[in-house]
Amino acid sequence: MLEWAQNFMAAIPPVLLMTVYMFIFVLVLFGCVAYVTLAERKVIGFMQVRIGPNRVGPRGFGQPIADALKLMFKEMILPNDADRFLFRLAPLLSMIPALAAWAVIPFADGWNFADINAGLLYLLAMTSLGIYGVIIAGWASNSKYALLGALRSAAQIVSYEIAMGFALVGVLMASGSLNLGDIVEAQEGNVFTWNWLILFPLFITYLIAGVAETNRAPFDVVEGESEIVAGFHVEYSGMGFALFFLAEYANIILISALTALLFLGGWLSPFPESWSSVPYLGVLLGHGPHMFIAKTCFFIFCFLWFRATFPRYRYDQIMRLGWKVLLPITLIWIFVEGVLLYFELPPWWFD
Amino acid sequence: MLIQTTVFYFFSGILVLSALAMITVRNPVHAALFLILAFFTSGALWLLLEAEFLGIVLVLVYVGAVMVLFLFVVMMLDINIAKMRAGYAKYLPVGLLVGAAMAAEMIIILTKTNFEHAQANAKPADYSNTQELGKLLFTEYVYPFEIAGVILLVAIIAAITLTMRKRAVSKQQKPHEQISVQRKDRVRLADLDRE
Repeated sequence: MLEWAQNFMAAIPPVLLMTVYMFIFVLVLFGCVAYVTLAERKVIGFMQVRIGPNRVGPRGFGQPIADALKLMFKEMILPNDADRFLFRLAPLLSMIPALAAWAVIPFADGWNFADINAGLLYLLAMTSLGIYGVIIAGWASNSKYALLGALRSAAQIVSYEIAMGFALVGVLMASGSLNLGDIVEAQEGNVFTWNWLILFPLFITYLIAGVAETNRAPFDVVEGESEIVAGFHVEYSGMGFALFFLAEYANIILISALTALLFLGGWLSPFPESWSSVPYLGVLLGHGPHMFIAKTCFFIFCFLWFRATFPRYRYDQIMRLGWKVLLPITLIWIFVEGVLLYFELPPWWFD
Repeated sequence: MLIQTTVFYFFSGILVLSALAMITVRNPVHAALFLILAFFTSGALWLLLEAEFLGIVLVLVYVGAVMVLFLFVVMMLDINIAKMRAGYAKYLPVGLLVGAAMAAEMIIILTKTNFEHAQANAKPADYSNTQELGKLLFTEYVYPFEIAGVILLVAIIAAITLTMRKRAVSKQQKPHEQISVQRKDRVRLADLDRE
């Protein structure tokens, strides 16, 4: 039986197999995105001593499906004088980069779709493309609120991208590679050899910039409902709105996964090597994709936690934080790191 | 090889069409979007040449950063298209002249033997374009590279200085004053007689 299955798998052309894998992966990712929305409502509910959604299905677990069905059957309304083509294109443009970035993310050693040498650069390029969905949506809607939201978003994302890029420069200096698999392997050792400790300022900067890049609270002036209603997607309804909503959560998962990979050692296990030889439980305690997923989930939880905890920043405060606090911190730490690397001081002990 | 050729013609077709559309469409925002498409497809063409670093950097820098700011500006401008098209016949000869000169230059360059070796030799699988480029930039071309960086820095400082002119009407936040504000600066207890 097993042999038959192996023969069957070998007979499928690799391109087709890859396509099937990608299709399955995207479906799973969409499922995760849908359930992150439920997790958000539940987590914030518990933090605010509420129950959260509990009507649809057991304990409210059918809620994302009900929401998706509702949005699918709603009419997508085109505003007067909207740019018809761009108005429909914008939600797709915000969703596609968030999915395309997953091509280079390794879940475990060699478990990725494309093992490219410029992986980190590719990720930076893909995450910087997501902004077009927002800008085009804001412009094509022919609405003042939408345009204001789009302009705020453009300014915010461009500002925080710089701090984020510098944080990544620090990561690639520490690991000496742009390949994500190599970056994880360079952190091998124990919890204290992971990048979060030696690159602590960059780790915090990356996390804050990641929250700002995804337009999440406390940096959600882009859709600040008290000022500009809902920002760039105010004119969208039905599936258009749903896609923007999904793209936001897909980006949260992506940024969380990246933080886990770059600073928390990806698939590496925090436990000593000897623990993985424990019978049965050893598989769970050793290295593997489950470690990566657990770390990603932790950061997703942080995103929800931030939203429940912090009040929204004022627009000028966001700009000041990005340009005058985070950017100098990253520059200083890159300099410190360069000096440490050059003189081969600990904790960079190389062979 | 067939697939590669097909992909090449697919992307170059999009590139040429979007470049043409960029200069012919009426709406400036559409023109900027076509320019973005042109950058993106040329990035894809570089990927075909196994120059993945250059391809991704083109997308990252031009599409991800420069064009965002460009689009930002174009969206805020109130461009009157009728007024822009008014002097079409008057500027046509000059435009044709410039176009002809550029076409002639390109024909001269491309028909010479300069590009005869454009078909690069196949590299081994572990050949890293990024690494080679980095080595070249920081050894052989380190001075031009650094000088280019300094020139860009000068341009940045010049641009910022131009926008820093103080205007009487402009108001600015003073964060240090906001933070160090005390209760006595804002709250005054008034002792009113009871009526």
